[in-house]
Amino acid sequence: MTDVDIQNAKPGRSLWADAWLRLKSNKAAIISVFYLAFMAVICIVGPWLAPHDFTTIFQNYNRVPPSLSPYPKSDAVEEALQEVVKRARVELAGFENKDGKLLVTLTSVKPIDERVTRYVDRSDVFEGSTVVQKSADGLKLTLSTNLEHEYFFFGTDISGRDLLTRTLIAGRVSLAIGLLAGLVAVFIGVLYGAASGLIGGKTDEVMMRIVDILYALPFTFFVIMLVVFFGRNFVLMFLAVGCVLWLDMARIVRGQALSIKRQEYVQAAEALGVSQWGVLIRHVVPNLLGPVVIYMTLLVPQVIILESFLSYLGLGVQEPMSSWGVLISQGARNIPGANWLLFFPSFFLTSTLFALNFIGDGLRDALDPKDR
Amino acid sequence: MLRYVLQRFLTAIPTLFIIVTISFFLMRVAPGGPFNQEKGLNPVIKTNLERIYHLDKPLWQQFADYLWNLLHGNFGPSYNLPDFTVAEILWNGLKVSVLLGFLALLFALLIGGIMGIIAALYQNKAGDYAVVATATAGSTIPTFVIAPLFQLFFALSLNWFPVGGWTNGTWRNMVGPVVVLMLPQLAIVARLMRGSMIESLRSHHIRTARALGLSDYSIIIRHALRGALLPIVSYAGPAAAGLVTGSIIVETIFSIPGIGRYFVDAALNRDYTLVMGTVVVIALFTIVFNLIVDILYAAIDPRVRYD
Amino acid sequence: MNMKFKTLLVGTTMLVMTASAAFAEVVLNRGSAADPESLDPHKTSTTYEADILRDLFAGLMSQDAKATVIPGAAESYTTSADGKTYTFKLRADGKWSDGSPVTAADFVFSWQRLVNPETAAEYAYLLAPVVNAEDITAKKNGKLPADLGIKAVDTYTLEVQLKAVTPYFLEMLTHQATYAVSKANVEAKGADFTKPGNLVSNGAFKLTEFVPNDHIKLVKNDNFYDATNVKLDAENFIPSEDRGAAMKRFEAGELDLYNDLPTEQLADMKAKFGDQVKLSPYLGTYYYAFKTTKKPWQDVKLRNAISMAIDRNYLAEKVWSNTMIPAYGFVPPGITGYETKLLDYAEMSQLDREDAAKKILGEMGYSPEKPLKMEIRFNTSENHKNTAIAIQEQLKPLGIEVTLLNTDTKTHYGLLEQHGDFDIARAAWIADYKDPENFLALCKTGTGNNYSEYTNPDYDALLAKAASETDAAARMKNLSDAEAIGVARDLCVVPLLYYGSHNIVSDKVKGWEANVMDVHPGRFLSK
Repeated sequence: MTDVDIQNAKPGRSLWADAWLRLKSNKAAIISVFYLAFMAVICIVGPWLAPHDFTTIFQNYNRVPPSLSPYPKSDAVEEALQEVVKRARVELAGFENKDGKLLVTLTSVKPIDERVTRYVDRSDVFEGSTVVQKSADGLKLTLSTNLEHEYFFFGTDISGRDLLTRTLIAGRVSLAIGLLAGLVAVFIGVLYGAASGLIGGKTDEVMMRIVDILYALPFTFFVIMLVVFFGRNFVLMFLAVGCVLWLDMARIVRGQALSIKRQEYVQAAEALGVSQWGVLIRHVVPNLLGPVVIYMTLLVPQVIILESFLSYLGLGVQEPMSSWGVLISQGARNIPGANWLLFFPSFFLTSTLFALNFIGDGLRDALDPKDR
Repeated sequence: MLRYVLQRFLTAIPTLFIIVTISFFLMRVAPGGPFNQEKGLNPVIKTNLERIYHLDKPLWQQFADYLWNLLHGNFGPSYNLPDFTVAEILWNGLKVSVLLGFLALLFALLIGGIMGIIAALYQNKAGDYAVVATATAGSTIPTFVIAPLFQLFFALSLNWFPVGGWTNGTWRNMVGPVVVLMLPQLAIVARLMRGSMIESLRSHHIRTARALGLSDYSIIIRHALRGALLPIVSYAGPAAAGLVTGSIIVETIFSIPGIGRYFVDAALNRDYTLVMGTVVVIALFTIVFNLIVDILYAAIDPRVRYD
Repeated sequence: MNMKFKTLLVGTTMLVMTASAAFAEVVLNRGSAADPESLDPHKTSTTYEADILRDLFAGLMSQDAKATVIPGAAESYTTSADGKTYTFKLRADGKWSDGSPVTAADFVFSWQRLVNPETAAEYAYLLAPVVNAEDITAKKNGKLPADLGIKAVDTYTLEVQLKAVTPYFLEMLTHQATYAVSKANVEAKGADFTKPGNLVSNGAFKLTEFVPNDHIKLVKNDNFYDATNVKLDAENFIPSEDRGAAMKRFEAGELDLYNDLPTEQLADMKAKFGDQVKLSPYLGTYYYAFKTTKKPWQDVKLRNAISMAIDRNYLAEKVWSNTMIPAYGFVPPGITGYETKLLDYAEMSQLDREDAAKKILGEMGYSPEKPLKMEIRFNTSENHKNTAIAIQEQLKPLGIEVTLLNTDTKTHYGLLEQHGDFDIARAAWIADYKDPENFLALCKTGTGNNYSEYTNPDYDALLAKAASETDAAARMKNLSDAEAIGVARDLCVVPLLYYGSHNIVSDKVKGWEANVMDVHPGRFLSK
């Protein structure tokens, strides 16, 4: 008999079904969900499919603009050759280009070492060079080489690394950090808030007092200290950030817990001898899911923005990993010269945060019981 | 009411004490010290420096000395800026940051509030979408991107404002920093306003007012707005504490002599006394603004009582 | 009478000057990457202070626009036969900005203040060549500031006793830490003597405003002995930490010059501003230090192999946009009479170096399949990061697996100074004065800055020999030999790049000359 009562008292499936219906009718939120999923997938899978590894440096392609056609551009070939001969300490006598196959003539005052082909191959522009002809005195040498084609759809960064791959890798890091810190914050916040609200009395007072004190602790200072201590390991670092972001969550959850506790059905359940734990699982947790999910969609962008702030200060993730914040702050330093360095990562970051915001709004509208 | 305020101030003292204690020891366990630098110091000189700044005493004694000085309003000397005391540095910076922060908050509340009301009145129409989109953009684009873009466009291309500098606070120098500081806040205010306004418009007493035939204008201003203001007030408190204590990004990019950059620089420089000074300032502002929020709450919402 | 006439003449010229100045005040806006830490010459530690103090004060010796040593507050000097006693004759017309005369007693007071342990001056060691200076600072042998080897013979005559012949002594006197402050003023104003309105100086300019992080305003000092030739009416030193923003301010004409052009924007700036971008060598070395007490880095062969594999040309050209110069020695070029001992492979081509490095590593059993792990530590900065990334890539094909770790400056140098655990770490040295000893002392056993903990009795002996050598050429030879052992052979530091200064100076500014010390006194500039 008691069991049945509790079943009836439960908020029931209708709230969730209802919320789901509302969410489905919110186009912006649904598009955002798909966009976010898409973003997550390309950031996770993308780096493996992208044309280049995220650490590879292309010495000849520092800060080249994005392009759909392959590099090298026609005028860059001679420049690259000049660079090669300068390093090999020989002279460039001339070269001709036959559909991607290059015949290069070199001269020097000293006999030319045949290893010069290694200099040519080392350049990112050429590959597979062989000596075709060498004059008897060794002062003149002709070699053939092939042009190596590289695609940089997003251009390259200041070190000559493919920005496309780096943006995707950075996405992994940014999303992971946001999610991780968000989950930690929610976990601590829910436990703390629920405990405070449910236990009540003096304990509640003390627990909330601690929250008040932590609120007044200067956040920037605290985060910088965390970087100083945990800077080496960014995962650890953002676990720690999560540990300081739980304050709001704790307050919200406590408020909810308090109001739920006063609900008649909960009091009834308690009167009927349901254990505190049972009350928690059956009544409190489902009621909390709404605010928690909404708060999470606010927290993740907050963490991502915080990470970008740290990156601006130069305290972001350690190389060779990257994050959107790191890329954007590098990009901001390179405007107006190399706008693509700012544009692509900014677009990824902003659009993701947009999507998270819309999802948050959609969820709020969908789950808000007052709206029904 | 007065008793309430007094009581709140009294509880602020232990809070402040705990914060000072945590920060003091946190700072001291951090690796490196104020006198580590690229040009490493001769050990003899470093010893001398540590002696004149009493850094050679046991840590607990330094802490006790610090508390004692703090009680007498003495923040101590700055290690990295020996020409100034911490109090002078903080005061000079606060004058600028408080002004900028206040202006930014004021405009954020005014413009954001109006945007939010418009969005709520035209819910799910073009105006609403425009507001939500602008607001979201404002809060998602990092400040260090907006600031240089502002400089490029308004200062270099249009020549309306100087790129940076303070020059004793002329209005032209203030526009850039205020706008950039304001944007993220504006976004949040607009969203909050929209949300609470929608809720307020749906509530019973507004419906009643409408049924009674009150004009739209009167409904919005007298009734709906009053109810909708509460979340804004509770948001504005902490936001104000954050704004008036400056922003390192805005201050560095616009070359503004505010206090914000010390929060980061002092911590990174291990300028212990300056760090502690900034910690105390921020904690005080947070406590005071929270108190103001609570009092405002009472003024707006008659249901709240303080006994 | 003669004196009066001079004053009259100066007065008239001044009158004419002020009259013309009334039409258009010439104000120079000097952008700088950071604010000074202190305007007390004895409490400074960075070059940002040096730039301002050089214009506020005049040391015994000064530098001209090309950084050559010229007479300053002292109009002449004589040295004793053994080269250990310098007698300076101060200018009879030398005045503080409050009109009082600059006397020998001011210098005695100031130098005693500099070495006094209670001042804890970071640059106290500059006076180390002066008799008793080191003992006073270290509170050793009961020496007190009054025992310093400096005395006022009469109002305008100053005598300095040196421990040994110090060829770079005059060069050192251009350093801001050796400047004099007004004894009367410091005693009257106490700790506040550096505040605008209080500060009294004897240089070309005097201080009128100091708003931290905003600007420092200096105006022409009419009491300066060479005031007639000072063309600027005022100078503003404007700190701009954000280099990108500083470039925009330069473009908008808010800054006339800036001393830290961001390297990542160099190409764009060159295209836009042409020869207003000024690149020139600078007396500083960017290096990496191995922890030579830690396995396997104690192996000189391994250290050399890694050093060989680093393509310094690439670093200079691509990472630093040619604002730096590839370095194969510790002491940068530009010091007269000194021949830097370069690394053995300095003249080899990069390919040969790599082959040699591969061979050594192969013999030691390292290969891409069995890699050697190495962590590069550096202090947080965009350029240090890009340098480390490039080196990481360069070492990869040799079977060296490099990881990077950047920490904030204080953590970084705190660790190095306490000889914490690391493999290889980034550091740099910028010369205080033009002398090789200033660099080579870093590899001496037990020096605070000897991050690699290199220790070699032969090296120390050569430095000691140089310190007591009276003949300048023989001294340079000793130093050069020391560099050959410590740096070229043993790599107590791995020199990577010589610093270059990278200024941007508006065409409107006249009298600006590039030089290895990157000093540009305002008294020679005009606009």
